[in-house]
Amino acid sequence: MTANADRLEFRDPVRGAALEAALATHARALGRSPVSIMHVCGSHEQAIARFGLRAAFPPELDVMMGPGCPVCVTDVPEVDEAVALALQGVRIATYGDMLRVPGTSKSLADARATGARVDVVYGVIQAVELARACSEPLVFFASGFETTAVATAAVLRADPPPNFSVLSAHKYIPPVMEIVAEMPGSKIEGFLAAGHAAAITGWGVFERFVERHRIPVVVAGFEPLDILAALVRLVELIAAGTPTVENMFPRCVSREGNREAQRALWEVFAPQGGRWRGIAHVPNGNLRLRDEYAAWDARRRFDIDLDGLAGDAPPGLAAQCQCGDIMAGIASPHDCELFGRECTPDAPVGACMVSSEGACKIWHRYGGHPDLRQIQRRA
Amino acid sequence: MCLGVPGRVVTVNGSTAEVDFWGVIKHIRLEICDEPVVPGDYVLNHVGFAIRRIPPEDIGATLAMYDELLGRSRLDDLMAEDIRCELGAAGDDT
Amino acid sequence: MRNPRFVDDTITLKYGAGGSAMRALIEQVFAPGFGAVPGGIGLAQMDDGAAIPVGDQWLVITTDSHVVKPVFFPGGDIGRLAVCGTVNDLAMMGATEPLALTCAAILEDGFRRVDLERIWASIRTACEEAGTTIVTGDTKVMGRGELDGIALSTTGIALASRVVSDCGLRPGDMILVTGTMADHGLAILATRAELALETALASDVAPINGLVRVALAAGGTDIVAMKDPTRGGLASALHEMAEKSGVGILLDERAVPVSDEARAVSELLGIDPLLVANEGKAVIGVRRDTAAAVLEALRAHPLGRRAAIVGECLAERPGNVIVETGFGRRLLGEAEGELQPRIC
Repeated sequence: MTANADRLEFRDPVRGAALEAALATHARALGRSPVSIMHVCGSHEQAIARFGLRAAFPPELDVMMGPGCPVCVTDVPEVDEAVALALQGVRIATYGDMLRVPGTSKSLADARATGARVDVVYGVIQAVELARACSEPLVFFASGFETTAVATAAVLRADPPPNFSVLSAHKYIPPVMEIVAEMPGSKIEGFLAAGHAAAITGWGVFERFVERHRIPVVVAGFEPLDILAALVRLVELIAAGTPTVENMFPRCVSREGNREAQRALWEVFAPQGGRWRGIAHVPNGNLRLRDEYAAWDARRRFDIDLDGLAGDAPPGLAAQCQCGDIMAGIASPHDCELFGRECTPDAPVGACMVSSEGACKIWHRYGGHPDLRQIQRRA
Repeated sequence: MCLGVPGRVVTVNGSTAEVDFWGVIKHIRLEICDEPVVPGDYVLNHVGFAIRRIPPEDIGATLAMYDELLGRSRLDDLMAEDIRCELGAAGDDT
Repeated sequence: MRNPRFVDDTITLKYGAGGSAMRALIEQVFAPGFGAVPGGIGLAQMDDGAAIPVGDQWLVITTDSHVVKPVFFPGGDIGRLAVCGTVNDLAMMGATEPLALTCAAILEDGFRRVDLERIWASIRTACEEAGTTIVTGDTKVMGRGELDGIALSTTGIALASRVVSDCGLRPGDMILVTGTMADHGLAILATRAELALETALASDVAPINGLVRVALAAGGTDIVAMKDPTRGGLASALHEMAEKSGVGILLDERAVPVSDEARAVSELLGIDPLLVANEGKAVIGVRRDTAAAVLEALRAHPLGRRAAIVGECLAERPGNVIVETGFGRRLLGEAEGELQPRIC
């Protein structure tokens, strides 16, 4: 089957081993350690963890996950808006990942346990189908970065049913790279950009970033070869001191990106500054519905009562949660006192442990960074 | 949020297409795809929408790019030399 | 990294999912104070069944309940699932000739007779394949809305001259699987209308007592552990075997057989095939020197054509399963509760 073959070519173990060897050679040649590289995509972290790539990365290289988990960076007031609506009796549709993210005092799952109507959907299309199948108002709590926001935009442009509306918690990645690069003490020398987001925006959006911060950015795909090759290229650029944007995912990404999708995105959404959970203010980091789409905006359709949530004291452990630092790449999950003890996927304290793309959740599931290099087969 | 997955277009019906993902068929919407698609094209699917038409010639080009990257790398040690030979041999089969 | 206060105040869905939550529930709530079998295998061992010494043989007994939705799925139905589940649990203990099965049915008021007859015909067929029969049962009907359709509960008994536990592994032993992984769970998941997938993927539900019989004939006492990878998949089975035996397991992901259809569905839904339930497969731990012979015997059997050696046991990292991906290594996790698709 051709599609299978194409996929498998990007999982070719021979090229994989060669790329790993090349990465080790280049990293060693830098002559200093560690060299910090950041990626900003939950799917990249998933791929790295799933293929066990960290066990193969050279020790000189520190590949960190930045704020690339859209659920994790959804701020407490945004979650509270959804929870408040649910408690007010409005039916909410949300991604499974978002269900258990704690707000000030409650998550949507908690609201559901007290009788609120909360449906888990796999995408905005399914949320619209739910709305069509019922007559009551249905609010889609829309999280996700630009790759997912375009789907929400497409649906809103295609005449959704009158009872459907969107509570947008969508976010836009390029601005947060600026914030992270500017953080005091940031040692990041290169960025891996998310290939699917770049398929939408084009790699041109990173040119200004590179000019200002003099740090190379390489756009990477999600197969093991894509990630390894992109890292090799990134280390080459770091070694050469060349701040530039390079596209290592040409089969899906061009400089201009997907104009049709961009048109849809910016017709429906406008960028707005706002807080990302744990990261502080990100100018233009949030996507909110434009006035032309006010009729579909849950924030304008409903009177959201947040006072009801203010009374409950926030859980004590939240103060010790290090999600913010972890998402900024300043700390890793193991640095957090709560990781694996009071904070587990079953009893999460912070958002990073709730979302399938959260660093803590992924580390917990795949075993973090244990040193597995030494284990020998007998055969 | 969700992982974009590539599939092959089987039929096109206006603004939707039947797409084959390694033998599994899914209906995908085409409103925000960057180019028009015809049966036989590959598309990248994300949450039920095609977000990119993948030109088939680009797949080969990507692999060539990776090989060029490897060729450029200073693979000094013997073990890497073995890998390069294997790679050369594998390249003949594709 | 286990959370000590594991069992919550309410029993939620994850406790039935076959993973660590369920094991904690059994350990902390069900098992204490019960089930010691002097000289045998009892509740505390949490094996696939119990083994009670009777004379110079073992009486092996196992029980299961089934609530699968949809009741009829590609490749089978709840009846076939019930019979095979019990026959296979007996087989996992080394008891490949069931003496008899029981079957209790709880039905919801309004359940259609034609559906019941179809399920019973399926039970009959599965019994024939396994070489056994249902000898006694029970019937209850509950009010509409008090039960979702139908629930079946089956118990099986058998005599065996040798019992195989799930905890006999030692460093150096090899791990085999008898065929492709993830077919059942993914076939069921793919039926969900909202996922909008069209696939020919079907459940692998089948009685494998005959298959296990040939393996035991080839391997004898060198077969030191067996488990069927049902809920929680291969991951759950390997974790249990590794933990109970006190060994680490190095699993070669590339060697794990997965059908093209199952691979496609798993990629599309973002679900790891290693975590998905199987209903016609076994995981077998064999002493290294006999592994090849057991593999050959399995592959000669119609249900074992895709059998493969997938891993080996280590002295390091007892209780852990390490996955060799071909690009690196990672620790194998376990499913936390019901499997949720990550991709739309």
